[in-house]
Amino acid sequence: METALAFLIGLLVAAAIYLMLARSILRFLFGLLLLSNAANLVIFASGRLTAGAPPLIPEGADAPVGFVANALPQALVLTAIVIGFGLFAFALVLVFRAYSELGTLESDDMRIAEPREPAE
Amino acid sequence: MAGSSEHHGTDWSVGAFLPAVLPALLFVWAAGYLPLIASGEVARPVLDWVPSLGIALSFLIDGLSLTFTLLITGIGTLVMLYAGQYMSGHKHYVRFMSYLTAFMLSMLGLVLADNLIALFVFWELTTITSYLLIGFDHATAKSRRSALQALLLTGTGALAMLAGFILIGTVAGTFELSEILSQPGVLTEHPWYLAILLLILAGAFTKSAQFPFHFWLPNAMAAPTPVSAYLHSATMVKGGVYLLARLHPGLGGTDVWLWTLTIFGAITAVFASILALRQTDLKQVLAYTTLMALGTLTLFLAFDDSVAITAAVTFLIIHSLYKACLFLVAGIIDHGTGTREVSRLRGLARAMPITTAAAALAALSMAGFPPFFGFIGKELMYKGGTEAMHAPIFVTAAALAANALMVAAAAIVAFRPFWGRGEAETEPGVTPHEAAWPMWIGPAILGLGGLVLGLAPILAAPLVNATVAAILPGGEGYELKLWHGVNLALMLSLATFALGFLIYAFSDRLRAGLAALEARNPIHFDNGWDHVIDGVKAFAGWQTRVIQSGALRVYLRITFVTLFLAIGGTIFAFGAFDVSVVFPNLLVKQWAVILLIVAGTALVVLTRSRITAIAGLGVVGIGVALIFIIYGAPDVAITQLLVETLVVVLVAVVLLRLPYLYPEGKVIHRKFDALLALALGAGTTMILLMVNAGPLDRRLTTFFEQASWPEAYGRNIVNVILVDFRALDTFGEIAVVLVAALSAFVLLKGMKREKAE
Repeated sequence: METALAFLIGLLVAAAIYLMLARSILRFLFGLLLLSNAANLVIFASGRLTAGAPPLIPEGADAPVGFVANALPQALVLTAIVIGFGLFAFALVLVFRAYSELGTLESDDMRIAEPREPAE
Repeated sequence: MAGSSEHHGTDWSVGAFLPAVLPALLFVWAAGYLPLIASGEVARPVLDWVPSLGIALSFLIDGLSLTFTLLITGIGTLVMLYAGQYMSGHKHYVRFMSYLTAFMLSMLGLVLADNLIALFVFWELTTITSYLLIGFDHATAKSRRSALQALLLTGTGALAMLAGFILIGTVAGTFELSEILSQPGVLTEHPWYLAILLLILAGAFTKSAQFPFHFWLPNAMAAPTPVSAYLHSATMVKGGVYLLARLHPGLGGTDVWLWTLTIFGAITAVFASILALRQTDLKQVLAYTTLMALGTLTLFLAFDDSVAITAAVTFLIIHSLYKACLFLVAGIIDHGTGTREVSRLRGLARAMPITTAAAALAALSMAGFPPFFGFIGKELMYKGGTEAMHAPIFVTAAALAANALMVAAAAIVAFRPFWGRGEAETEPGVTPHEAAWPMWIGPAILGLGGLVLGLAPILAAPLVNATVAAILPGGEGYELKLWHGVNLALMLSLATFALGFLIYAFSDRLRAGLAALEARNPIHFDNGWDHVIDGVKAFAGWQTRVIQSGALRVYLRITFVTLFLAIGGTIFAFGAFDVSVVFPNLLVKQWAVILLIVAGTALVVLTRSRITAIAGLGVVGIGVALIFIIYGAPDVAITQLLVETLVVVLVAVVLLRLPYLYPEGKVIHRKFDALLALALGAGTTMILLMVNAGPLDRRLTTFFEQASWPEAYGRNIVNVILVDFRALDTFGEIAVVLVAALSAFVLLKGMKREKAE
């Protein structure tokens, strides 16, 4: 399954980057979402996959019984998901605000800070 | 003190003398080394700096560095004394003196350093202090331009020199000069010799203003006169000459060295002394004669016989004495009459008797009359030139031309302003008057110095011999004396005087002729410099427009292309391709999840509808959550579902207020972007496959599994990691979300207020 996931993640990354390069910053946002999903999966998959054995310690034991899933990447992914969400929520509001100020969603037309050079 | 020094004029405060104390003490300290150096020894104090890199603050006191040290501190004392008066009452007096002192210390470091890296640092310190001093009068555009020009030109040369130093260090295995120079042939026989030589020469030639880098020096005359006298005649510009002399044992003795130095030195010397006649400003005349001196020094350092080197060393001392003196005199004239224009200065001898005497002494030494030290120097030059191994006629002719022009220049600077018939045309309200003693004492001592050393060359001989020995290992200084008998050198001296007087007699006509020639000359180095600078600015503007285009998509493309090159390049360079892909044998549910995610992704990419895109994103999110559930990560899956739901809700709310994706109603296919995206996707897959092919280090995981219950009393290991072992990270994560929420809140709130207004 790791191999399959590797290809799936590659696809997600490709789709994300293609969307991020689009003219509309709304599509850029969609790309951002896909990219954070892909990143989470990369962390998760590189810690190896173990089906059906969550990292829990049963009552009465001091350590997990038998081989359980890798807990470390899970903790990292949990953090990453939340931070990814924070980033996305802020970016979304920023896009919204930018649209209501500038009246466009085309990144090429958002040139307040770096205006186009007058044609020479 | 500030109140009392506001007015201009004689002001005997401690501040006027204080700066001269340090150089005077240093001079005495350096003079203490004279007996040691005269006996053929060298001193080598060391101070560790960066031992791990082999960089030490080690100093080398031999004849060469001691000669420079004595000149720097001795002339420094006199110049500081002079400047205490010259600049008195200036509102930035303290700043000026600090710069000057900082310069002096840097220059001392330069000539005393035994470590090449330390030498470079001091070298650059002199560049920076020189920049500050040339641009001291920063309110005028000319000063600023001149300062920047000197900084950029000598700074660029110094960078080349640094590269040369590093090559030397690599070749010789050490940065210590004393160790490098004690291995004869280690540099000259190495294949990198030519590269090293050219890089070093770039540094030396820019610093010592050799043709074609000469133009910054006359421009540097924008500095106050004490600076011109100190930096741009006696000390700093000789830094390049010092470097050539210092590296002579290591780099000299080859044909390339010989011809490069001969040709550039000769061109600089002759070219500069002709241009000196063209000038009408006293300081400019002196600046061009300084160029001539630097060219002559370079010319004679080309050789490796003791007469030529003795000539160079002697001329170095002579020149420092008379040139510093004449610059200080020019400053006194400027002070006393309000002008430095040669054509307006006449008959000042009566008003300024002491200055006149000092100027006369210096000029006689400069013109090379017996019994002055300058005469000895000139005789040595002719002897060295006529006996040169290569091209004696060329060298002698260059020396003759330059010296004859020097005679004329000496007369222009020191004869006509004082003895010329007629009245000086001073500035209105200024009566020519003698300067106060702190100003004339320097020129007087320096002028007398030239006479004393000429009458008793035995006083200079030990130092000159030790210096020659430092430049030519095993070499001995040629005997310094006034009368060597009637020989070829004496004949050439007489020819020099005759030619010099002739040139002086016609100097006004020559000046007019040169001016006319200059007007028609299409090549202007100074203007060429402006073109170079304009070119650099245009290039900077062009590349800024390309890289900083202001378009988000261009930035992203550059970022992603760079990322691809970094990933692809690394994989390619290390060839870690040992990945075997076995077609996965998956369960139906696994296939289902994968297909779900693929379908969701395709939907987002291909759709033109906003709602469909959101739905696609939701499908991908849920698919990922399913993967987490299948592979033993229920907590992660719950969080993922929660976040995914929130995202869809938020996007849906916002989207209702945003326009359609493609207002113009058509899909634009972007082939390059698609290709780039696919390449990066493939790179990610590749990396992941390679990671999974390697072994997994589970030590941390094992630690958490073992420690969760005994140490933190938690049975859910993931939760224990988050809230206990890595609690600080989680705290940071909460802070991030809080900051994002606050920022979003502010953005939205500001919008409402604007609407209300």
